[in-house]
Amino acid sequence: MILTKAQYEEIAQCLVSVPPTRQSLRKLKQRFPSQSQATLLSIFSQEYQKHIKRTHAKHHTSEAIESYYQRYLNGVVKNGAAPVLLDLANEVDYAPSLMARLILERFLQEHEETAPSKSVINSMLRDPSQIPDGVLANQVYQCIVNDCCYGPLVDCIKHAIGHEHEVLLRDLLLEKNLSFLDEDQLRAKGYDKTPDFILQVPVVMLCPLAVEGHIIHWIESKASFGDECSHHAYLHDQFWSYWNRFGPGLVIYWYGFIQELDCNRERGILLKACFPTNIVTLCHSLA
Amino acid sequence: MAAVLESLLREEVSVAAVVRWIAHSTRGSEDNPGEAAALSSLRPLRKEFVPFLLNFLREQSSRVLPQGPPTPAKAPGASAALPGRPGGPSRGSRGARSQLFPPTEAASTAAEAPLARRGGRRRGPGPARERGGRGLEEGVSGENLPGAGGRRLRGSGSPSRPSLTLSDPPNLSNLEEFPPVGSVPPGPAGRTKPSRRINPTPVSEERSLSKPKTCFTSPPISCVPSSQPSALDTSPWGLGLPPGCRSLQEEREMLRKERSKQLQQSPTPTCPTPELGSPLPSRAGSLTDEPADPARVSSRQRLELVALVYSSCIAENLVPNLFLELFFVFQLLTARRMVTAKDSDPELSPGVLDSLESPLFQSIHDCVFFAVQVLECHFQVLSNLDKGTLKLLAENERLLCFSPALQGRLRAAYEGSVAKVSLAMPPSAQAVSFQPETDNRANFSSDRAFHTFKKQRDVFYEVLREWEDHHEEPGWDFEKGLGSRIRAMMGQLSAACSHSHFVRLFQKQLLQMCQSPGGAGGTVLGEAPDVLSMLGADKLGRLWRLQERLMAPQSSGGPCPPPTFPGCQGFFRDFILSASSFQFNQHLMDSLSLKIRELNGLALPQHEPSDEDGESDVDWQGERRQFAVVLLSLRLLAKFLGFVAFLPYRGPEPPPTGELQDSILALRSQVPPVLDVRTLLQRGLQARRAVLTVPWLVEFLSFADHVVPLLDYYRDIFILLLRLHRSLVLSQESEGKMCFLNKLLLLAVLGWLFQIPTVPEDLFFLEEGPSDAFEVDTVAPEHGLDAAPVVDQQLLYTCCPYIGELRKLLALWVSGSSGRSGGFMRKITPTTTTGLGAQPSQTSQGLQARLAQAFFHNQPPSLRRTVEFVAERIGSNCVKHIKATLVADLVRQAESLLQEQLVTQGEEGGDPAQLLEILCSQLCPHGAQALALGREFCQRKSPGAVQALLPEETPAAVLSSAENIAVGLATEKACAWLSANITALIRREVKAAVSRTLRAQGPEPAARGERRGCSRACEHHAPLPSHLISEIKDVLSLAVGPRDPDEGVSPEHLEQLLGQLGQTLRCRQFLCPPAEQHLAKCSVELASLLVADQIPILGPPAQYRLERGQARRLLHMLLSLWKEDFQGPVPLQLLLSPRNVGLLADTRPREWDLLLFLLRELVEKGLMGRMEIEACLGSLHQAQWPGDFAEELATLSNLFLAEPPLPEPQLRACELVQPNRGTVLAQS
Repeated sequence: MILTKAQYEEIAQCLVSVPPTRQSLRKLKQRFPSQSQATLLSIFSQEYQKHIKRTHAKHHTSEAIESYYQRYLNGVVKNGAAPVLLDLANEVDYAPSLMARLILERFLQEHEETAPSKSVINSMLRDPSQIPDGVLANQVYQCIVNDCCYGPLVDCIKHAIGHEHEVLLRDLLLEKNLSFLDEDQLRAKGYDKTPDFILQVPVVMLCPLAVEGHIIHWIESKASFGDECSHHAYLHDQFWSYWNRFGPGLVIYWYGFIQELDCNRERGILLKACFPTNIVTLCHSLA
Repeated sequence: MAAVLESLLREEVSVAAVVRWIAHSTRGSEDNPGEAAALSSLRPLRKEFVPFLLNFLREQSSRVLPQGPPTPAKAPGASAALPGRPGGPSRGSRGARSQLFPPTEAASTAAEAPLARRGGRRRGPGPARERGGRGLEEGVSGENLPGAGGRRLRGSGSPSRPSLTLSDPPNLSNLEEFPPVGSVPPGPAGRTKPSRRINPTPVSEERSLSKPKTCFTSPPISCVPSSQPSALDTSPWGLGLPPGCRSLQEEREMLRKERSKQLQQSPTPTCPTPELGSPLPSRAGSLTDEPADPARVSSRQRLELVALVYSSCIAENLVPNLFLELFFVFQLLTARRMVTAKDSDPELSPGVLDSLESPLFQSIHDCVFFAVQVLECHFQVLSNLDKGTLKLLAENERLLCFSPALQGRLRAAYEGSVAKVSLAMPPSAQAVSFQPETDNRANFSSDRAFHTFKKQRDVFYEVLREWEDHHEEPGWDFEKGLGSRIRAMMGQLSAACSHSHFVRLFQKQLLQMCQSPGGAGGTVLGEAPDVLSMLGADKLGRLWRLQERLMAPQSSGGPCPPPTFPGCQGFFRDFILSASSFQFNQHLMDSLSLKIRELNGLALPQHEPSDEDGESDVDWQGERRQFAVVLLSLRLLAKFLGFVAFLPYRGPEPPPTGELQDSILALRSQVPPVLDVRTLLQRGLQARRAVLTVPWLVEFLSFADHVVPLLDYYRDIFILLLRLHRSLVLSQESEGKMCFLNKLLLLAVLGWLFQIPTVPEDLFFLEEGPSDAFEVDTVAPEHGLDAAPVVDQQLLYTCCPYIGELRKLLALWVSGSSGRSGGFMRKITPTTTTGLGAQPSQTSQGLQARLAQAFFHNQPPSLRRTVEFVAERIGSNCVKHIKATLVADLVRQAESLLQEQLVTQGEEGGDPAQLLEILCSQLCPHGAQALALGREFCQRKSPGAVQALLPEETPAAVLSSAENIAVGLATEKACAWLSANITALIRREVKAAVSRTLRAQGPEPAARGERRGCSRACEHHAPLPSHLISEIKDVLSLAVGPRDPDEGVSPEHLEQLLGQLGQTLRCRQFLCPPAEQHLAKCSVELASLLVADQIPILGPPAQYRLERGQARRLLHMLLSLWKEDFQGPVPLQLLLSPRNVGLLADTRPREWDLLLFLLRELVEKGLMGRMEIEACLGSLHQAQWPGDFAEELATLSNLFLAEPPLPEPQLRACELVQPNRGTVLAQS
């Protein structure tokens, strides 16, 4: 699903200040029925994360935390079964899972002698049963299962999606008889930067616009939508680093990307939204 | 001096005698006694003859060549002033010392600028004569005879000085010689000297569209903007730099401005010629060139004689720069018109032969005649120029007119020539690939160093890419754009080891980007493609228009450009300057020196005269290419080595003089050279590898500062080079001697070096002729590299792009002539670059090694290369084989030993370091097997490889010997490495295995143990784990709320979901451990919600709760999934966590039967033990519950505990019994 910048911006426009809930996603799907759900979710998630990154700091001032905590306490005193924390998060336009973490941290600070370690907090978020306070446990759990952009469950889903697409890509490579080294093998050999796959014998991807086609040494699978922000970050942290070490390569954004970002083809970074079909290997064409 | 020339002209002495006299002073006795007598009296002047001759010719031609790029002549001292002719041309002692390096070309960077500017430093201080050559009329001073007031160093004052007079202290008080910087010395008219500035190919912005064709014509003197030369020349630096301008930044800016100013001022083509009057030239090209007519040559005999002497000097290498002289001759050939002599139009008397009183060139006819005479003598050189030049020469109608014979020979040479020189493709930046052998963690001292370098590599390429994108943009500045980032990066290179890693990367990238001919940009200046040489004359009109639009005047380096860093090299130069890191420079010099030594010592194939069949031709192509790659790499490395090594000594200051110089000399002579180039040169000469060594040495020396040539060490080098230069007589060809093109390359590079401003101009002429010892002391191998035809025109022109200036001159001539045919489009053929294969070094010793050497001696070189190659690769593979077999086995043993250890010692297993020691002490002794295994491997693998690589007709005995040698070499290599490193290798691998195992032991037990894959029949069509997690999450969020009134799930959906979960868990294709963990956890949550009846059900209205039966069916599905399909642990204890049990508290009426059912099933299926459940229930009591809930919970516990453990499952009974019990519970 390759979108033009304009198409992408139209979608992004609809996502301003939308809470990351099931309901929001449903509405989005109705609004853009022609786009794939996965693409929409990916864009939604990225837009929301950008939004959170921008506003993160203001929720982390001690005044803000204190006021949230007091509101939480007041809320649960009135009705422990009501979605106090979730409503609070939505009201102040913050991710429910992150709000849960904030309140949990604050709660533990109050009830424990020492400040809670990050791993303790993470573990409690993964399994709210460990939270000493039953009401808070339920509130936290509610936040986590209702957040479609943050939280351990979402993280796991994202991780799983990434893994699945790597497996998919590996199968495609095997199917095409292209021998490769995967990340684990590369790491074992001591490579400092490891794309998902390095082709042991490079291939050429033909495209109508480039007469000679593009050489591909490595392939990186990205189970997300390639928007400007994430693409630039990936370029800086990964793609150029791969290019610096292994030469030109291919990035597959399985959920699509903004067309205009595919501007480094000549330099040696090629974007696709699926596995390329028109590949030429050293000895024969797979067409 | 003139006396010699005059006596020659009077035919008192023969040309041959004169040349002998100049070249070999000691052999004068062979000559005709009369001649000898005539010359011996002039003996003291012998050394000055050539400079005199060159200057004489330059001055004589000044009326003809006012336009276009004049030829510089780095001929010191001897003026062409004629004795007894007081009014004769006098230039002061520096007569014809020309400005070799016009600021225009030199100004590209600050780093080069000082060099270039120094070119003007020693020049006469006077403002340059206005263009147009009034030279003959300018001189007034009769006292200013040669040597009279000049610098003794180069004057005739001490001609018999036996050696270089370098120690001669300069006269500091002489203001003329050492004018204060920035001052304009009040030079009398007589002291002005001609400025033979090399001008950029004349294109100027001032030209308007209406008169585009005037560009190549000769403007009258009057219209030349005189501001230009004076503006440039008032400063002895050649640039009007204000004093105090020191900072690099400032200088760069100044240079940029200066350059653009000069380009605007470029005087030559700008003015139409008023003389010619009205019809302003139309584009068709109006200015008529003066036709040259052989019949109108004025003093044929005199010209012939001078041409002969001149040619002989060139042929004997008595002139510093062969191509410079050719350039001059080409200029004469293509001279457009004679500037009308103004003051005294001398009566042309054809009979005047006896003196030099009358001008040598009285007309264009004379010039062309002279030029053709000289060219005839140098046909051999001409015929070896590139095809394009040959074509232009052969098509030159003047040449045809004056010497049809020469033209015929040139045409034939052109037709037979295959020497197409192509502009190489611009290289695209390709990164140096990551090589685990040198780049992985094991090569770094610490994790931090490793990761720092990782980042640095990325920053380096980021900077490189940015440079690629921006360096051609006007106003972009390297230092401003990238300087701080580079320095920040260099700042992180703390460890010495990181420096060496970075330097390796830097050097590899340098070689990769710049080693190919294209990397140099293919042109002298690199940045601007050399349009003139790409486009034919008929394209020029369009070209001018295009250029005008682009406002980017064409520039060209002239026949003697200063050392530059064209194209990508500029990046590396600027990087070094911006980094300004002492450590980096030191490491870089170390690394460059090492690589130079390595490449210089490379065993390049040697020519075999016997091998002359077609096959060897194929070989030769490859070998020539290999030589070219090595040579170009060496030149590049040496250039950068020279640049960095002499960087601290170069600056904008004038060269030191007097005492200061002495002290500097004393100091510098203590400093050991960065690379022992003298020894390398000596060895290269001895081994007859000058063709490889000298070109890179020249690159290295071209960056030397002014003091360098004065140091004994380097003076020796220069003397060697001078002797070499003299010995390279092109006409002497013989078996085993140097090939023609090899010589031509050496002459070109040496000639270029002698024109470098830092090389003292008198060095060349003061040095004695070739010592006989030079030839004799070479105990050369039978066939040195010098005798092999390793140089072709492509390489010659790549190394010496300035030779292409010859073609440009001819092309300009064509373009200026209307109606002349011409125009050739050069095809651009990409050249392939080859990587340098790792060259093996000889390691064998002793008798066997000598035998092997002898064996190879009579075999084709490819055999040796093959054997060495096979040995090298097999040896290396052997090590890898041992790693993959023996070491891998040991690692597996280590892992199992470790497992045992862990089992016996419990979870933690004790101290890892201690464990490692135990394991290593057990395993390392096994490393001894490595040698035997390695030997076996080499024996097994090498023969096959040798067989495959050698031609089939290789005799059996040769083949088996080759195999044996390969086996021996491979074994030697492998065993040497293995015996030194096997223990360390085993240790390292075991250590890695231990830490791997211990890590796997850690917090995620799920990662341990074998996991089942999916069945063979599986087609991997199961739903993706991510999809399932997401679906279950949706159900959970619906159940937990908040939810809209119309939201819910259908029981069918739930059933389907669990069915899918089963499929997914059975197809392991896409499942990763974290996903499975979360699925397990979610399934437990789902079960809890089912038990608590918290799942909102969609369906026929009013049915808001799940039927008991349905719930139980779903729980059964879950139980089965937990039992059968999950491979990781399922956190079933969560079912009894206070939170999940607490869900029941909210339901009214509470129904405990499902929980009880679930607990029983768990026990029955063996998913949880009774004790475990009891413990969980026990801990539940400790939580805070509402009173009634606590009671019910207690009842449940009792109920569960009261039941005797069932020996066998009785599902049906349970199902029948429990509802009632549940109801009871609920009602109680």
